[in-house]
Amino acid sequence: MIFKVFKKQELARLHELLAVNIVVGPVVKGKDRNGKPLYDFDVVYDFNELALDYTQTVHSPKRFVLPYHETLSTFAVSRDGWEKHVDLNVYRPLVFFGMHACDINALNKLDLVLAQSTYPNPYYMGKRKNLFIIGIDCNPEPQCFCRSMGTDSAIHGFDLFLTDLGDGYFAEILSATAFDLLNQISCKDPSAKDLALYKQATNGKNKHYTAKVETSDLTKILDLEFESPAWDAWGEKCLSCGTCANVCPTCYCYGVEEHVDLDLTHASKTKSLHSCNLIDFAKVAGGHNFRPTSASRLKYRYYHKHRGFVEAFEESLCVGCGRCGAACLADITPPEVIASVRGKE
Amino acid sequence: MSEPLSYLGVALARPKVGFFELSSCEGCQLQLLNNEATLLDFLNLVEIVNFREGMSERGDNYDIAFVEGSVTRKDEITRLTEIRKNAKILVALGSCACFGGVNQLKNRFRDLDWVKKEVYGDFPIETMEVHPLADFVQVDLSIFGCPIKKEEVERIVTDLVVGKTVRHPEYPVCMECKANENICLFELGEPCLGPVTRAGCDAWCTSNRRGCWGCRGPAEGANLKQLEKIMHTYGFDREIILDRLECFGGFASFTQTAPTQDKKSPARRKKS
Repeated sequence: MIFKVFKKQELARLHELLAVNIVVGPVVKGKDRNGKPLYDFDVVYDFNELALDYTQTVHSPKRFVLPYHETLSTFAVSRDGWEKHVDLNVYRPLVFFGMHACDINALNKLDLVLAQSTYPNPYYMGKRKNLFIIGIDCNPEPQCFCRSMGTDSAIHGFDLFLTDLGDGYFAEILSATAFDLLNQISCKDPSAKDLALYKQATNGKNKHYTAKVETSDLTKILDLEFESPAWDAWGEKCLSCGTCANVCPTCYCYGVEEHVDLDLTHASKTKSLHSCNLIDFAKVAGGHNFRPTSASRLKYRYYHKHRGFVEAFEESLCVGCGRCGAACLADITPPEVIASVRGKE
Repeated sequence: MSEPLSYLGVALARPKVGFFELSSCEGCQLQLLNNEATLLDFLNLVEIVNFREGMSERGDNYDIAFVEGSVTRKDEITRLTEIRKNAKILVALGSCACFGGVNQLKNRFRDLDWVKKEVYGDFPIETMEVHPLADFVQVDLSIFGCPIKKEEVERIVTDLVVGKTVRHPEYPVCMECKANENICLFELGEPCLGPVTRAGCDAWCTSNRRGCWGCRGPAEGANLKQLEKIMHTYGFDREIILDRLECFGGFASFTQTAPTQDKKSPARRKKS
């Protein structure tokens, strides 16, 4: 790992160098009913639009590698057959300017399934490989439990990671592209004072976590508590609306639909992200629904994240960003759900 | 007439369709004529034999009848029964046909004579309580929405022509709203029926920053009990929820069983 420090005014220069590409970063999208700013990732055209001190974006960066709707292939249909066209929908590299550690870790988790599995997903791979990611440190929000999930710091999956030292940034360089880039701005090796400031920033951050999920023996407890009445209680609240999965940075379940165009000479195959909470998610041909109750569907979302995935990959599919709980109108949050299943309120 | 329809070399029958309206604004039918970019392809897919809003000829030899509007008069029952007899498939087009629509707000009043007087004054006409089509005839397919979404009707008609199963989303609008990357309207201080209303509109209203009024009726397994709690948490009173739930009639089964709900008396309504 190579570390550098640079003055804050150099950041605009860094952005300028990268702005030949499409730059995506956190921007203010409006204010909530209490007057607090609402952030989301969007294409940034001006450095001043970037809100690098953002708390958390409403939606995760997932959609830039895993769009909510994506045309997988189109077909030109004729009398004798059809011609298939595949477009991976990868056009240009994308620069992510200011991604928190949880979201970087979320992409790393998606990689396990979509990039490093036996059958990598070319649509995902094409977009993922074309990312240049600048990470940025954060201040924990009340809903953040990334520390419980071990995703509060990013070890890999980014090019450059910045930590705010007050006057300047402490930069962690992970790729040759990032190294070359930093060579084009004024930066230096960290001094003993910079190192002290960096440690101070990291230690300070750790004091601010309030939400917590107890993960010890969680796979086993979930196994044992399959029939727990806690699931029914949460199921009663659940709206089965899929909001949690849509804002989640790691939910990747999907459905595929085929459409025939009105002119009957073209057709397309579209993939749409789904949610296991939706009532029609586990409905199969013939009309049988394997999970007809909202409690059973909600339960499976937790089992996928905190049990099945852990057993398969030795890590959870949750990064503890807390977006699902923050977005849930019924106030269903992972720390509370897991605590209730573990038997501690 | 245009050349025979075929898909992948397989000949397809071009269904004869008729469009009809009962009590309604005819806006749903207008929607069908609105999308000029695809209108010719749409017209090529079906043979329209009856469409008062779009052509002068009238025929009764249709396979599929699209009926817009609700039933509010006795002669409409006769007409609807006739259409049902002629059609192989009867489609309820739009929220009025599916649930009674905005028209059924009238049913919320105890005294229908008072309603008649308020609306028609000294020129009363014969009307009764508002009913959806399914109260009188068998409805084979419902197309929800006020108005219907042209893209959805195009997809459904294409599916009917090529013989695919027509499916509606069973989940609520929230799913589509979030996929459109919207910020929740509750967060922005607006009430919304998105969490309980059937999706399929691609979150048309909420994507334009207007809270959902539930025109497509309830999602399967809609959790109204929780919605009530949410509305309360976000500071919206019961009247606001009921105004929305009652607007299009899709939630009739929920609002009628609500314990504190009573039919509005004319006096109370007049004050507001």
